[in-house]
Amino acid sequence: MNPIGSPTTAGAPTATAPPLDAEALKARFPVLAQTVKGHPLVYLDSAASSQKPDAVIAAVTAYYSTDHANVHRGAHELSIRATDQYEQARGKVARFIGAGRADEVVFTRGTTESINLVASAWGRANLGPGDVIVVSEMEHHSNLVPWHLACEATGARIRAIRMTDEGQLDLDHMDELTSDGAVRLVATAHVSNALGTIHPVAEIARRAHDAGALYLVDGAQAAPQLPVDVRAIGCDFYALSGHKMCGPTGIGALWGRREILDAMPPYQGGGEMIEEVRIDRSTYAKVPHRFEAGTPHIAGAIGLSAAIDFLNEAGVETIHAHEVRIARLALERLSAEFSQLQLYGSGPDVDRAGVVSFTLADIHPHDLSTILDHEGVAIRAGHHCCQPLMRRLGVAATARASFYLYNGEDDLEALVQGLHRAEKIFGIG
Amino acid sequence: MLESIYRELILDHYRRPRNKGALDDPTVTIAMRNPLCGDEIELMLAVEEDRIAEVRFKGQGCSISQASISMMTQALMGKSLDTAVDLERRFLALMHGEETAKEDRTLGDLLALQGVSKLPVRIKCALLGWNALDEAVRACRRSDRGLMGERIEFKDMTVDVPEAAPPPEGFDPETHRGDLPA
Repeated sequence: MNPIGSPTTAGAPTATAPPLDAEALKARFPVLAQTVKGHPLVYLDSAASSQKPDAVIAAVTAYYSTDHANVHRGAHELSIRATDQYEQARGKVARFIGAGRADEVVFTRGTTESINLVASAWGRANLGPGDVIVVSEMEHHSNLVPWHLACEATGARIRAIRMTDEGQLDLDHMDELTSDGAVRLVATAHVSNALGTIHPVAEIARRAHDAGALYLVDGAQAAPQLPVDVRAIGCDFYALSGHKMCGPTGIGALWGRREILDAMPPYQGGGEMIEEVRIDRSTYAKVPHRFEAGTPHIAGAIGLSAAIDFLNEAGVETIHAHEVRIARLALERLSAEFSQLQLYGSGPDVDRAGVVSFTLADIHPHDLSTILDHEGVAIRAGHHCCQPLMRRLGVAATARASFYLYNGEDDLEALVQGLHRAEKIFGIG
Repeated sequence: MLESIYRELILDHYRRPRNKGALDDPTVTIAMRNPLCGDEIELMLAVEEDRIAEVRFKGQGCSISQASISMMTQALMGKSLDTAVDLERRFLALMHGEETAKEDRTLGDLLALQGVSKLPVRIKCALLGWNALDEAVRACRRSDRGLMGERIEFKDMTVDVPEAAPPPEGFDPETHRGDLPA
């Protein structure tokens, strides 16, 4: 497996990956076999949430049908089975992201909770007045607002790395921001949800560490489609969401370096996370259970494990090559076909995830979305939870088509035809 | 279906909005935002003795929100506050898909928006300007001595979206899917 650390250049790490059969994979997703408003459903909103393959649905159903009980508590058969499957899922996640040990993986509700966990628990113990958190102006709100809360609670401050006009992070600017030694942690996405930019996370990790800061990677968009190796990246935290990678909603993970997690106070209190409780005080369990208060989303973890099997079966390198290819095709096709279409982010000469953000003439993205919906094409319109980025781009909203492993060139064609329909309705072209 | 929503009149108001701009001396200004999509508008009313003497709006948004507010300003010019509230009630009935509202000549150009009632997720767009009007009238009525250029800053719109629309044709409650092939 090729670690994704440095910026990928056209075709480099993926040239040898076998081609992906989107049509065959699509057949594994029951939800995609339907028509919407009389048209075959074309789902181009996987950056918001991916659909679920039969294997994941079956794994969750099987767990509830035959094995469910609470974990880590009972000595009875079902509890033992549930615990086994839950802990095996943890190992599955660890291997999937190249973590050395399963106990470095904390199950959470998703990327948002993973980042909140670090901002709250690590932040409480490590931040104070004068300290700085560095983010970027391309971040999802889930990698901004938790830091706002941490700063409000501790007196720390936020600085943001600028984006270049090509939709890349300006690393020289990052060096400026970290040069005064006040930065305690850098937090960026691995892949931009709004623009599809693949950030050079290994390089950012190196620079963050040179500046004496930790590095947290928001992997919500990367884990579904890039080979991830947290040790090769060299980051300190990595957050991901199950529902964006073919898994259930409400489950995700935080990976953290063992020694850092060990030194962190609990995030939430409750059952599961304790060692010993007295009426007025308690001691806490070791990681990762220290951070998993209450009955966890057992079925979610088991579903996520099945999703990882599914992704491995399809081949993560293969998925990545497909994403890069279809993004390039989409960029080329859309700019060739529509003279009044404005694309955002890097051009087709740079590898990017299968995310294409655009506006078409004076048609508001919400109108575009409504018209495409009537053609059975599901896209996202809006600020994509990236209001600072939208301000930087000088737009209120964009339309975003995101392609995943079940989207082939026929789906791109449906998007193109839908956009022609929108032009016609708005009397353009 | 789409053509019944994106009518020429709507696109005309979207591209050539009526009464867009600012008033020098508004009685009240309401800044309103649809938090779902980020559309933002400012509605300015000059009220003289309970009558809307002038109305202007600023802002940006989708064709439905912009056409709706443009048409609304046309309909409001010179009307009493009571008439404005009545007009709002009539427009809400149109958005609720009430049959009688579709024949309501009082609504004038606004009738062109009736197709939006079939798009539950877009009804809020059409109501953005009306939500601001509602707040403006309330502000006028709250103040017994009359307003002096009061400005009410970015409030997220709150007008209730109509109750859930009936399930679309072909919806199968058993499978919770749309018009699935048999």
